[in-house]
Amino acid sequence: MSEQKIDGFELKPGFKGMASDTGSDQTMFKGVHWGKAMMWIFLLSDTFVFSCFLISYMKGRGSTIVDWPNTSEVFSLHVGGVPVPLLLIAIMTFVLITSSGTMALAVKYGYEKNRKMCGWLILATAVGGLTFVGMQVFEWSKLIHEGVRPWGNPFGAAQFGSFFFMITGFHGFHVSIGVIFLFIYTYKVFAGHYDSKKRGWFTKMKGDYVEIEILGLYWHFVDLVWVFIFAFFYLW
Amino acid sequence: MSDEYDNNKSYQAQSSEVLDGSAGSINPDMDYVRPAEIPEQDLYHAHSFIEKWIFCQDAKVIGVQYFLTAVFTGIVGLILSWLMRLQLGFPELAGFMTAEHYYQFVTMHGMIMVVYFLTALFLGGFGNYLIPLMVGARDMVFPYVNMLSFWMFFVAVMVLMASFFVPGGPTGAGWTLYPPQTILEGTPGSGTGILLMLISLSLFVIGFTMGGLNYMITILQARTRGMTLMRMPLTVWGIFTATVLAMLAFPALLVSAIMMTLDKVLQTSFFMPTILKAGEVLEYGGGSPILFQHLFWFFGHPEVYIVALPAFGIVSDLISVHARKNIFGYRMMVWAIVGIGGLSFFVWAHHMYVSGMNPWFGFFFATTTLIIAVPTAMKVYNWILTLWRGNIRINTVMLWCLGFIVTFVNGGITGIFLGNVSVDVPLSDTYFVVAHFHMVMGIAPLMVIMGAVYHWFPLVAGKMLSETLGKWHFWITFLGAYSIYFPMHYLGFIGVPRRYFEMYDSPYMTSTVGMNEFISVAAFIVGAAQFILVFNIIKTLKTGKKAEQNPWKANSLEWYTSTVPPEHGNFGERLPVVHRWPYDFSVPGAKDDFIPQTTAPSEVANTEVEKT
Repeated sequence: MSEQKIDGFELKPGFKGMASDTGSDQTMFKGVHWGKAMMWIFLLSDTFVFSCFLISYMKGRGSTIVDWPNTSEVFSLHVGGVPVPLLLIAIMTFVLITSSGTMALAVKYGYEKNRKMCGWLILATAVGGLTFVGMQVFEWSKLIHEGVRPWGNPFGAAQFGSFFFMITGFHGFHVSIGVIFLFIYTYKVFAGHYDSKKRGWFTKMKGDYVEIEILGLYWHFVDLVWVFIFAFFYLW
Repeated sequence: MSDEYDNNKSYQAQSSEVLDGSAGSINPDMDYVRPAEIPEQDLYHAHSFIEKWIFCQDAKVIGVQYFLTAVFTGIVGLILSWLMRLQLGFPELAGFMTAEHYYQFVTMHGMIMVVYFLTALFLGGFGNYLIPLMVGARDMVFPYVNMLSFWMFFVAVMVLMASFFVPGGPTGAGWTLYPPQTILEGTPGSGTGILLMLISLSLFVIGFTMGGLNYMITILQARTRGMTLMRMPLTVWGIFTATVLAMLAFPALLVSAIMMTLDKVLQTSFFMPTILKAGEVLEYGGGSPILFQHLFWFFGHPEVYIVALPAFGIVSDLISVHARKNIFGYRMMVWAIVGIGGLSFFVWAHHMYVSGMNPWFGFFFATTTLIIAVPTAMKVYNWILTLWRGNIRINTVMLWCLGFIVTFVNGGITGIFLGNVSVDVPLSDTYFVVAHFHMVMGIAPLMVIMGAVYHWFPLVAGKMLSETLGKWHFWITFLGAYSIYFPMHYLGFIGVPRRYFEMYDSPYMTSTVGMNEFISVAAFIVGAAQFILVFNIIKTLKTGKKAEQNPWKANSLEWYTSTVPPEHGNFGERLPVVHRWPYDFSVPGAKDDFIPQTTAPSEVANTEVEKT
């Protein structure tokens, strides 16, 4: 970590640096925009939400009286009559992780004030997210078609459907919210709101490219959560 | 003072924190405070009545809105408690009340008081009003979301209140909402009532998250120049730590509410085991009711401290100001608050000793529970040591603080009983438990709220509340609360179970009739006494004496605003610069018995005052 100075405050590395930041006045996280800090705290809280969901899932799966469905069969996709396990999920995961990459690039170009590149990359991220949600809709309808319901399914324990729809639904809801904001931000970037410091429609706050990074934090978090859901539902 | 000090000596005003040992030598950099590192907040000023008073982004107005809404729900909760006491003390007068009604009243009273009254009042009310003022900020960092937070809370309250008017009425499952019976037919309000309750709780959590993010980030990232964490008033520390707890504990409530909603609406079986009803197997099966209890209490226990920690913080400030002494062991107080907050996440299963668990689990949770008594006791000692040889003003605020200490110690001691598995098992679900938690997290925080209202009313409204009425209010409440809850300990010891609508011909019926009548009468009186405060506020607003700026001679920043009551932006043109902690009271040698946080060291360093 390189040493920086912020308004006469020397940022020192390591534990000592943390202690001196904490003991200082005004801000605890030096040079960090309040919005970024707020998003981090929100994500911490949201982590607890998803942790509660996943721990409940583990507990529920561990204590059902009926056997859990064989997930590699249930989630497989038939390609030319041959069941390919994890195919759809692999594509979904790839799309979502890729969208994290475009998001990171958008943040970079945003800070470089490269409005065009930033806008296109956010749009790409939004499209990636939308594709993910679309594939999730496909997967849900496929499972529903095969008789999987929140209250029961033909393959085994009823809790399979309950947890699957609830947790992927909750995650999909997060992705959808993210996509909506990505589209809004696409518009705002192309319209130059962040360059002209135009005030927000509702918040009445001056726009700034840091907002893209804040949204990026959220987007990466949603991706990270997906990795856990992927592991717990599809690989277990 | 005369014995300890050399009479001929003159004293230099100093606070231990500012001059650490280098007293006397005038350091040219003595008053140096780092320049501002955050830009001036870009405030959006309201333009219309609606923006100023309804959809207002000013944290002070939002605080008052939270306060009034919470008080409204609190009054509903109070009326419910009256109805319960009417049934328990004078069942012949409560003919209109069925057992179902009684369960519904118990449930709604509990939920309203814990979540919608105390939590909203402390964090939403006092948090919003005091945080920006005390840390020297112009407003919360994200005022728009802060405004949404209140309106979300408002909608949550409306949904909760709506459940009184739906078919079947509100849920009667007890405030813990334990499945499976909560959503099964036969429990009052198992239809729409419980749904509205779960929706309302979810809305509350979402709304609170919006506010909580603001409270935390305003404290962490938007303090004024010179305001280090260790110069913050303990009020801010208490509210801050409680907010952290809430941000980490409410997720468990949200998740359990979502899962139970699905159990209710979609017949999933997250919490529902195989159930036989009148010989028929229900659709449910394979779920775990204990899972709900774990989730609920992972929220529920920190929730106790979400209510208690702000009370601890506020009462520390009130005691310090009204005893004219610095708080004893400030750093210890801070660490105790943080420590209690941390520990509170590792004690939840002490609510589940009788749910059935591995004895080692019970052992673990009993141990962690009793460890919490250590930082808590430290705090109590420090309050008492703050009072010790202080220049105590026995005014209304101080009375409430003293009442708090006594009540809190009382409720805390019974907590030690209940924290032990072997003592808890026979006492669980008796009136002993009711007495314990009402003392420790009902009456005690309430006393702090009352003290805080009398203390900060001059700031909020610019007028002084009547001391006479305040003292009446205090003494009736204090003695009355003891009349209510002391006998309940006894009822618990003889085994009277709580949540029972009627004792019928049980032995309790005959031996406790008189006591129950006495408790009920006391409850009616205490409840009615709260309206003294309402009357006091209305009267004061109309005809009260105008408050001078800083009537209590306090040091913290909220009393040093440009106008009283403070306007939008709080501090006028220039933000205050902080040079010291807020507890420089009765500093030897200082001109006044208080040194505001904004006083630069050079202003007091060499004001040598002859000792009188």
